[in-house]
Amino acid sequence: MTAPLHETSAGASTATVDGAPADPGTSGTPDKGIQGRSPWKIAWTRLKRDKLALAGACVVGFLILVAIFAPLIVGLLGHPPDEFHEDQIDPLFGTPIGSWGGISSDFLLGVEPVNGRDVFSRIVYGARISLLVAFLAAVFAVLLGTVLGIVAGYFGGWIDAALSRVMDVMLAFPQLLFTIALVSVLPNELFGIEGSGVRIGALVVVIGFFGWPYVGRIVRGQTLSLREREYVEAARSLGAGRLYILRKELLPNLVAPITVYATLMIPTNILTEAALSFLGAGVKPPTASWGQMLSKAVNTYESDPLFMVIPGLAIFITVLAFNLFGDGVRDALDPKGSR
Amino acid sequence: MLAYIVRRLFAVVVMLLVVTLVTLSIFFLIPKLTGSDPAAMFVGKQADPASIEGIRQKLGLDEPILVQFWHFVSGIFVGRDYTGGGDSIHCAAPCFGYSFKTEQDVWTMLVDRIPVTLSMVVGAAVLWLLMGVTTGVVSALKRGTAIDRAAMVTALAGVSLPIYFTAMLAMFLFRTQLGWLDAKYVPFAESPGGWFAGLLLPWVTLAFLYAAMYARLTRATMLEVLGEDYIRTARAKGLPEPVVLGKHAMRSTMTPILTIFGMDLGALVGGAVLTETAFNLSGLGNAAFKAVGDRDLPVILAVTLITAASVVIANLVVDLLYAVIDPRVRLA
Repeated sequence: MTAPLHETSAGASTATVDGAPADPGTSGTPDKGIQGRSPWKIAWTRLKRDKLALAGACVVGFLILVAIFAPLIVGLLGHPPDEFHEDQIDPLFGTPIGSWGGISSDFLLGVEPVNGRDVFSRIVYGARISLLVAFLAAVFAVLLGTVLGIVAGYFGGWIDAALSRVMDVMLAFPQLLFTIALVSVLPNELFGIEGSGVRIGALVVVIGFFGWPYVGRIVRGQTLSLREREYVEAARSLGAGRLYILRKELLPNLVAPITVYATLMIPTNILTEAALSFLGAGVKPPTASWGQMLSKAVNTYESDPLFMVIPGLAIFITVLAFNLFGDGVRDALDPKGSR
Repeated sequence: MLAYIVRRLFAVVVMLLVVTLVTLSIFFLIPKLTGSDPAAMFVGKQADPASIEGIRQKLGLDEPILVQFWHFVSGIFVGRDYTGGGDSIHCAAPCFGYSFKTEQDVWTMLVDRIPVTLSMVVGAAVLWLLMGVTTGVVSALKRGTAIDRAAMVTALAGVSLPIYFTAMLAMFLFRTQLGWLDAKYVPFAESPGGWFAGLLLPWVTLAFLYAAMYARLTRATMLEVLGEDYIRTARAKGLPEPVVLGKHAMRSTMTPILTIFGMDLGALVGGAVLTETAFNLSGLGNAAFKAVGDRDLPVILAVTLITAASVVIANLVVDLLYAVIDPRVRLA
């Protein structure tokens, strides 16, 4: 079940008001004379006007800080994420004693059913796993997709045919099932890495590996059309080598679509990581992750709904913030998309 | 047309063989690379050396991967005997493997689950296609209005919600709190009403996620199409607006949506792992999920293959439908 995790909306746009002048040449203020503006500056002006995208960016920034300073935050406001607090649990039902999932000034987001671990700490530490895996997997997918997409698009011929077939096969591959199969045969120790490190590495590689064809397809298509442009022709006729053309003529023009795709890939990756954890193929307990908390909540949500709502909201808010930001970046970089 | 179908079917078969080979390799190469015993993984941790050795012989684990691949593929068509360790197990065609954990052949374990998954997915697909495309078209036509903005914000929220979270919320609200509905599978032949009521929650939950994605996609495509020259031409020559939109614009809008629809439907038919797990419906995806817990590899392998097969077959059907929708597509 690949699709629900992947935003298939390659061209979907939220049509933000695009008030930036279209032609940079005519927009300089008269007293300063004509000022050149790079495409990036124009994009930035547009992005600044997009309130929703900025709100998304703020939340994203906040979450990144939370992830980085997780030990500090938990030290100040919570209990160690693996510490059991059975005194907070009703021994008969296994549910938290306090109302609202045991929320109190001591346990800000309540306690986990049965063992009484601090939900707040686990959410904060869960942000680390979620963001780390999503970022690294996106980087991996973008690198692989860009290189292979350019190679396919620029060299064409049998290389293109072969790479395109590989992408087709990978897009038909049931990612979730395949990944849970793969993770279930992975040993606890691999290449000298132990414990949750193996799983995190495996998650990054697998999510990234299944993500590259999406980037690859876009980069290939762009490269195909770019390499026929006059300026590439001009460079070639001036005697520029293949590598020079790739680096200086094609790559700069690919940065915008790649940036857009990379930004929109992160929320997808967060959902994939959470889904895998939910299915028991994510990081191993006791390392905290949001998907894993939800998977535990399957058994307890009828008596303790808050333990289900909190990690669910954490995923929702994070993904929504990244999506808002990503949509904003796309609209800013690709004015054609919101015609 | 016929030549095209034959050529595509050939491609489908090659694709499925590749997927099978890759998935099989995962099970046999990774343990080899990391130094663990694949045979031991098929029996479980408490198994004695004799039964592990039996499994090794039964599965032919010492043979080259291509030989194992051949045994697996031929088993699907003619059945297969697992011999070794003093006994023999027959697995009739279609043999998608044999689970040594449950001592059943995988096909028997899965075949009863197919109607569950199919009922859930097809019902949801009808819903989401109607909801998603309608919302997207309305949004595109009313672009910039409050309706458009509300629809798009809802859609963005929809694609940001994990399906299993929505599922649990729906269950908590409608079953635990209100007591109106439960999610369970009742065969249609047994009680059509029960079938409908039991699947309503999964349908709506699954359809909400996909409708959100389709609304975004439809809106973007529709806006792009409405900017095309031929739409202006159609309007200029005085065609009534319903004809311009319904006949001219909708055709091009449906093309990318159909592509995605084929892939999504195929992937879900093969196993809506998350939805089935959250609602505790015993479909194909749920079998795979349970198999992960039991480390029952043949089941995971079989569900992976069924999924891949339904994705490529759905893609084929979609490509054929293109010829109907889009007059520019000529199958040659």
